[in-house]
Amino acid sequence: MKVLVPVKRVIDYNVKVRVKPDQTGVDLANVKMSMNPFDEISVEEAVRMKEAGTATEIVVVSIGPQQAQETLRTALAMGADRGILIKTDAMVEPLAVAKLLAKVVADEKPDLVLLGKQAIDDDSNQTGQMLAALLDWPQGTFAYKIEKDGDALKVTREVDGGLQTVKLQTPAVVTVDLRLNEPRYASLPNIMKAKKKEIAEKSPDDYGVDISPRLTVVKVTEPAARSGGVKVEDVAALVAKLKTAGAI
Amino acid sequence: MAVLVIAEHAHSALSDATHKVVTAASKFGGDVDVLVAGENAGAVAPAAAKISGVRKVLKAEGESLRKQTAEAMEALVVPMMANYDAVFIAATTTGKNIAPRIAAKLDVMQISEVVEIIDSSTFVRPIYAGNAIMTVKSSDAKKVLTVRGTAFPAAEEGGSASVEDVAAPSGNFKSEFVSEEMVKSDRPELAGAKRVVSGGRALGSSDKFKEVIFPLADKLGAAVGASRAAVDAGYAPNDYQVGQTGKIVAPELYIAIGISGAIQHLAGMKDSKIIVAINKDEEAPIFQVADYGLVADLFVAVPELTNAL
Repeated sequence: MKVLVPVKRVIDYNVKVRVKPDQTGVDLANVKMSMNPFDEISVEEAVRMKEAGTATEIVVVSIGPQQAQETLRTALAMGADRGILIKTDAMVEPLAVAKLLAKVVADEKPDLVLLGKQAIDDDSNQTGQMLAALLDWPQGTFAYKIEKDGDALKVTREVDGGLQTVKLQTPAVVTVDLRLNEPRYASLPNIMKAKKKEIAEKSPDDYGVDISPRLTVVKVTEPAARSGGVKVEDVAALVAKLKTAGAI
Repeated sequence: MAVLVIAEHAHSALSDATHKVVTAASKFGGDVDVLVAGENAGAVAPAAAKISGVRKVLKAEGESLRKQTAEAMEALVVPMMANYDAVFIAATTTGKNIAPRIAAKLDVMQISEVVEIIDSSTFVRPIYAGNAIMTVKSSDAKKVLTVRGTAFPAAEEGGSASVEDVAAPSGNFKSEFVSEEMVKSDRPELAGAKRVVSGGRALGSSDKFKEVIFPLADKLGAAVGASRAAVDAGYAPNDYQVGQTGKIVAPELYIAIGISGAIQHLAGMKDSKIIVAINKDEEAPIFQVADYGLVADLFVAVPELTNAL
């Protein structure tokens, strides 16, 4: 099974984001960037599939600026075989990302596209589902467990209230949730080896996809601050406060 | 103008999330129709018809719509969109699974987790786990939105909309439902609960989580939640997780016990009306959002609180 894993470069999840004073977005200057944590999980899952003998080749693809190459190198150091960088400095919305990925799928013909369920920057949670629709492939979103079942895939999904298992014909799109696995840290020898792995450079124009945005950002603001409350002395004082507030 | 709301339901009961999406849809302007799709849609449609402000209910009943798989829902909804300017779905795991498929087929950029509707093309949504709030204007001819339920009040009952049948789609959708394993509980459902008691890593074990958190939750008639740290440590099941990547809740009362208050957790509960934090670390960030903070050993304070109620 050939696996395609799209990865996104985002603000590191430990960084406290700051909204720009001019309300045009969040401050990306001199901020640590990393691979989207959900994408690390999808890379890890693909590598485990390869180690288990179910995956034959892992191709990683990233759409973003030149520095997204570092994100691809991280994935290659984890165990992916080769990379594709679709280079653009523009902000690419999930719909356009899905269109570009559909073209990559047409070229690469993977049996499985494994994506993070959402990116932690725009929190859209759309790309995988959109890609599945554009390809007319089945989808298994929010995967908690992925098992090969003959030519099909059994995907156990995290849904409200519990877990749901679906069976997908391949080729298929699967998006991963937090508890599918714990991504590995790349070892130094593997980081060195990854430097020699191939990364093909492309542009959105190479695929003939119009990536112009459909949404205009009117403004980006800080969330309303919650006014700090009070500390209470003991349980009795807490109960009294809650009663006064009508909460109990 | 007209908006199609896709109803959420399970076990022949309409979910309260649908009422909230109807409220959001009514702010978009124009007529609001509700689509009830499923293998037992007939049992749910009358409840949808009673929601105030609904023009008509469209009922699509069939085996192919069992569990509302995204592939079948796409086949059902995309052709219907010729008659609508927008489709609204709750930002639940069901809605998030379905909506982007419809959007891609309509060649529309979806707007996820909308918390405010300014006008028929301008919407507000949180990004970066709620650490920034973005207002966007869509240039697409049709709008596809998922709606964050906690941001809108439930529409009232009192309507008497007509119910029309729509044919369920047929075909090979390349995907089939196999099974589900739902957490059985007599407690209220987390996402819509009026009171939530959540436990964190400080509980130390699954047994202690049950022993300390459950009695307080039961005394209050509250749903039980957990921080990601507690879930990752195995103290609580996955679907208890409150936070950006778990459930977003906004109850009238949220009690955080032994939860430090990581950004990801705060993103999931900071819109609660009253927040109580019990933690022995007085520097814990949770106290910055708590209306009432109690610096105490939770193993002493929580049983005391349970007994005091």
